[in-house]
Amino acid sequence: MFDNLSEFVSTILVGLGPTIEATLGGIAIAAVLSFVFGLAMLSGSRAVRVVARIYIEIWRGTSEVVQLFWIYFVLPLLVGYQVVPLAAGIIVLGLNFGAYGAEIVRGAIQAVPTAQYEGAIALSLTPAQRMRRVILPQALVEMVPPFNNLFIQLLKGSALLTIIAVPEMTNQARNVLMDLYTSQAGLIWTVLLVFYLLLSILITFGMKFVERRAARIVGRGPSQAAKDRGLLIAAQAGTGLNLPGGTRSGGPVP
Amino acid sequence: MNWDWNYAWEVLPGIVGEGLLITLEVTVLASVVAYALGLVLALLRRSPIAVVRWIVWAFIEFVRSTPLIVQVFFMFFVLPNIGIKLDPLPTGVIAIGLHYATYTAEVYRAGIEAVPKGQWEAATALSLPRGRTWFAVILPQAIPRVLPALGNYSISLLKETPILLTIGVLDIVGAAYQEGSAAFRYVEPITIAGILFLVVSYTSSLLVRRLERRVARSS
Repeated sequence: MFDNLSEFVSTILVGLGPTIEATLGGIAIAAVLSFVFGLAMLSGSRAVRVVARIYIEIWRGTSEVVQLFWIYFVLPLLVGYQVVPLAAGIIVLGLNFGAYGAEIVRGAIQAVPTAQYEGAIALSLTPAQRMRRVILPQALVEMVPPFNNLFIQLLKGSALLTIIAVPEMTNQARNVLMDLYTSQAGLIWTVLLVFYLLLSILITFGMKFVERRAARIVGRGPSQAAKDRGLLIAAQAGTGLNLPGGTRSGGPVP
Repeated sequence: MNWDWNYAWEVLPGIVGEGLLITLEVTVLASVVAYALGLVLALLRRSPIAVVRWIVWAFIEFVRSTPLIVQVFFMFFVLPNIGIKLDPLPTGVIAIGLHYATYTAEVYRAGIEAVPKGQWEAATALSLPRGRTWFAVILPQAIPRVLPALGNYSISLLKETPILLTIGVLDIVGAAYQEGSAAFRYVEPITIAGILFLVVSYTSSLLVRRLERRVARSS
């Protein structure tokens, strides 16, 4: 039953590179677009908001498969040269998931308590300082868990690149192994599913790390020791400041 | 780039007719599977037997962490090997329904947890049997509240139906792709498919928003 297992694993491993490239490339583009369009939706200018809304509605309202075909077949006619499938795939993953990410960024920024805006205004910070030093750092902590889910969705979305013949893991299983070992389909697809599960777990680990870092920046202790240290500093300073403890979105601190 | 209107008119009926029909058929059937199976999973997650709870939890996490397209291929290639011969369409419907059941299970779970504790206590006080407690007291309160969330998952599901073109179920996108490869000209059919998708998913999101308002009013 487990005959050829090592061959299945090594054949799928050939596709691991493109899968990781597509996922990381997609995450990089999506992250940038999320912030650009998330902030654009909160812009004071109506025109900017409308542009952001149009981008988001188009990329969230259509299917990733349509988008892949469109970029793959139609974009070359617009720009004049054929893009390699992997590049087309990364662009689509970035644009598609960036549209979902923009909503996450917008939501997290809006969830920062109004008192924080008022405090920043009272300290006469400029709007840029207010956003960069006060609002964004706090919003960042809130964004991490939903971005974790989004990036796992993006990893899952990378499997669709097999449709435009990117030689990633699913393509290896479908086009190399299925032709040779149809009778062992159960084992092959199970191996592939386990690969994706492991990559998902890896993303979650990575995001836990990011979450701890983000929490530390705003002084939400990642560990009890750091929290105690913070309390000690506050006590010594005699400020009696109430340190914000814990994250609302189920962070590492209860 | 030039847009050929004649060609666009020529491919339009195939995409809007047959293609759209398949998209809607798969969406509705897979939603039904997802709604029903999701409820079963949600109830099993509250099973008094710890092993059952644990297995269901692991199953949900596993299915949610892996790509739908791989699960579609799994069903498509593995089912015939174990003697279950299904057409591509039902195979796809089951795969998509199963995948989304793991999402709807969480929706039901949240809905069930939102039912006030007093309702359980009242059911116990009346010594209602377990089945009656669930089906006459808890679920009738939990389900209407989660309908909009279920509707949103149907919209997500709608956007994933084109995956089935890989196993030969030609929905909007599949039909467009087929038209495109027949003439080796993809611009018009794929663009039409994209616009059609936008129209269908926007319409369905309006419907879900209406449902949301109705649920908010009645509770």
